[in-house]
Amino acid sequence: MNNKLYQPLIFELSHSGRRGDGLPDYNYGSAGAALPSALLRSRAPELPETDEPTVVRHYTNSSNNNFGVDTGFYPLGSCTMKYNPKVNEAMVGRAGVSDLHPAQPAATVQGALRIYRTLEKYLAEVGGMAEFTLNPFAGAHGEYTGLMVIRAYHESRGDEARRKVIVPDSAHGTNPASAAMAGYDIVEVRSLPDGTVDVSDLRGKLDSSIAAVMMTNPNTVGMFERNIPEIAEAVHAAGALLYYDGANLNPLLGVARPGDMGFDVMHINLHKTFSTPHGGGGPGAGPVGVRAGLEKFLPDPRVVEKADGSLDVEFGETAFGRISSWLGNFTVYIKALAYILTLGAENLAKVGPLATLNANYVMNSLKDLFELPIPGPCKHEFVFDGLRDKSTGVTTLNVAKALLDYGFHAPTIYFPLLFHESLMIEPTETESPETLDAFIAVMRRIAEDASNDPDKVKNAPYSTPISHPDEDEAALSPVIKYADLCSSTD
Amino acid sequence: MNAHRYLPHTPEDIDRMLAHCGAASLDDLYADVLTQLRMKQPYALPDAMSEPELDRYFAALAAQNRPMTIFAGAGAYWHYTPAAIPAILSRSEFATAYTPYQPEISQGTLQYIFEYQSMMCSLTGMDVSNASMYDGFTATAEAMIMAVAAARRRNRVLVSAALNPALVDVLRTYAKGPGIIVDTVDAPGGVTSPVAVAEGLKAEDVAAVIVASPNFYGIVEDFTGLADMCHASKALLVMNCHASTLGVLRSPGEWGADIACGEAQSLGMPLNYGGPYLGYLCCTKALMRKMPGRIVGATKDAQGRRSFVLTLQAREQHIRRQKATSNICSNQGMMTLHAAMYLSLMGAKGLEKVNRLSADAAHALAGKLADTGKMTLRYPQAPFLNEFVMDVKAPLTADAVLDALARENILGGVRLSDSSLLIAATEMCSPADIDRYVSIVKSL
Repeated sequence: MNNKLYQPLIFELSHSGRRGDGLPDYNYGSAGAALPSALLRSRAPELPETDEPTVVRHYTNSSNNNFGVDTGFYPLGSCTMKYNPKVNEAMVGRAGVSDLHPAQPAATVQGALRIYRTLEKYLAEVGGMAEFTLNPFAGAHGEYTGLMVIRAYHESRGDEARRKVIVPDSAHGTNPASAAMAGYDIVEVRSLPDGTVDVSDLRGKLDSSIAAVMMTNPNTVGMFERNIPEIAEAVHAAGALLYYDGANLNPLLGVARPGDMGFDVMHINLHKTFSTPHGGGGPGAGPVGVRAGLEKFLPDPRVVEKADGSLDVEFGETAFGRISSWLGNFTVYIKALAYILTLGAENLAKVGPLATLNANYVMNSLKDLFELPIPGPCKHEFVFDGLRDKSTGVTTLNVAKALLDYGFHAPTIYFPLLFHESLMIEPTETESPETLDAFIAVMRRIAEDASNDPDKVKNAPYSTPISHPDEDEAALSPVIKYADLCSSTD
Repeated sequence: MNAHRYLPHTPEDIDRMLAHCGAASLDDLYADVLTQLRMKQPYALPDAMSEPELDRYFAALAAQNRPMTIFAGAGAYWHYTPAAIPAILSRSEFATAYTPYQPEISQGTLQYIFEYQSMMCSLTGMDVSNASMYDGFTATAEAMIMAVAAARRRNRVLVSAALNPALVDVLRTYAKGPGIIVDTVDAPGGVTSPVAVAEGLKAEDVAAVIVASPNFYGIVEDFTGLADMCHASKALLVMNCHASTLGVLRSPGEWGADIACGEAQSLGMPLNYGGPYLGYLCCTKALMRKMPGRIVGATKDAQGRRSFVLTLQAREQHIRRQKATSNICSNQGMMTLHAAMYLSLMGAKGLEKVNRLSADAAHALAGKLADTGKMTLRYPQAPFLNEFVMDVKAPLTADAVLDALARENILGGVRLSDSSLLIAATEMCSPADIDRYVSIVKSL
């Protein structure tokens, strides 16, 4: 149900004189601020004037134009769109942190600090690392933080000639972008036809100018980098450190730990592997873990245990610096901790194998109709290179849009860049076999339609609130705020 | 293997699916993971908790937290959260969606980001807003990097000594990668010195000047002539402002700033022990294509219907990789929705009122504390809104004041030194709360 009356922009629902605030009418008996007019706005900001019911209906109806994990299957590769448990949200309210100011004395926030410290320890156990910081706000922020730890490590040894970071050509775009922000030049390493890193190409590029090698394992085509012990040995022999991009950690839960594979620094996306909601873009969290010996470089502030067992917030002498205003996206930690405690050691260890089972099941059920460039078994995800029948002209984009009509979110498309028609599917472990079977049936039907009636697929979607928005026009003549919209329609 | 409520598979499901994949066991699917890499022991983690057990666990932690009456700010302000906001934020159509890559089924997310961008442009007086950043500090760091990237071959920034010192720490971190030189400009009397800025600009390689309003000491600075001074030296003016105060204070656009950035937590976001908060970043049209992060634009679909899409993506990491304007891949999605709802509910009049109430509370408190004779206002000539610095007269110390207040569950401010406090007030502090604060100080 979508009520079109409340559909326009909130600005268009504005009516002069309406009020929506619930502010008190305190009289403090003081003259207040007597600011000179030069310091004040010359006119009030143009904000909507709306009553509360209108605001609530506007955003409620707007939410009906959205698709979330709670709406249906969301097989977006590399994003790990698993179910976001409701009890996690409830525990945010239960933990009593909403009115805690980050500058409160440690004695008054021991519960909050205990949540932080407990999650750090649990993540260290899952990652096989010595120590974690939770402060980074997101995966990309975690990558940046991890690279700054690596930079501080090399600088502490006087080894400042290491100006480059190696990333595979299949890496997430954030890897090279984060390394560039940390001040490194990027060296790309080739992938073999099976999607794994070409170890001889890597060996040829390892020398004393390399600060780090960034890898994700399994990689972005869902293949386990089986040569990882050899890679770790070569990287360390060259004096570089090995960074683990935790975007694909999910299939390793219960199977293997990055620390045991020889990784020195890693980040974890709590909004992927640890079930916290993606929130349409955030807030997420990208905690960073390090092996023994690198703890002292982690950013400030740190949560530390005192001799009496209490916790405190401290600033170190050797940290590479500070990356955030306080201790990061705190409520996200509560959700991740609730998830770990709800599953417990035993069930957490089932997550990886079941995620891998689901991915292989879907892959094997569709590979006769979709091009599988890298034969399995895959791990948590796999990549099709479009439909096998290329004669129809139906592209990966068309398939993605056609899925929307059937109540499924599209897979990740046109990534990784290794293939022209990449269609990257990650089902996650929380999907039932019935959901997977329904998805498989729809994918097969779309493939059939592509052969029999290609235009039907090319013109999809039909049932969504909008269809085929003109993205070129959006970029050519940017209309990025309400005032632009008003002037462009004048 | 028994099913768990998040893991639907029965043993029969698993057998059927494995057979379909031609595998004999789940282990078979990991044949490529060398035995030496496999976990040898189960995770050293607790056993699974039921919902009632989990509830007790977190309730016990909550009992170790002590909410206080808050007179501290330093970047995080205790404003009221309209109840309608968490109600809408809990709608999982919003909360469980990813970044809106498929506009056909993401119009909800895209529309509220467009509304947020519109509101932030209006508040800051700038042309362009992105879809938000992680927090105010990282937004300011990105503003610094953006200014240096736009300047070409200029890699020095001047930062006012009246900026939050923790923000300067973050700027120094982010300056390391691109090799930006961060110079501090003096702020005698708590106010950025125009003479010192002019002196700094003589370096001729200055890409940007970064100032704050209100600044770290709560002072509303007069930036008359500053933008012209910067522009005459081909430097950009970057202004860091707490979003709520833009409801009343002269906007960065009106001051002639090129980039406006900062923390938007003051738009009624719960304190939540430091996060999640919301960084905003706005700029002039000239800088639009240097902007990091997501931007939502309006367009039309094939049937002429108004549609919102992610746009200008050629700036971003998933297209440009190491040549992108930033590594940022997300935004603070739900906090953006919070800001859009807050500003819709408050409107310009509500925003003016919340600033007036906070300023009245702060001025009442500052006056009454000075009247105790135990403290003095550090910068009596400087205009302030809702935050100010008090010097504590010996033999009394800042710690003694904070400790006495904490015993009565009042967070009296942020300690700046042995003898000074940074104190903030908002509409959450009632007149009775202020009297309680003052009477405790009086008793010392």
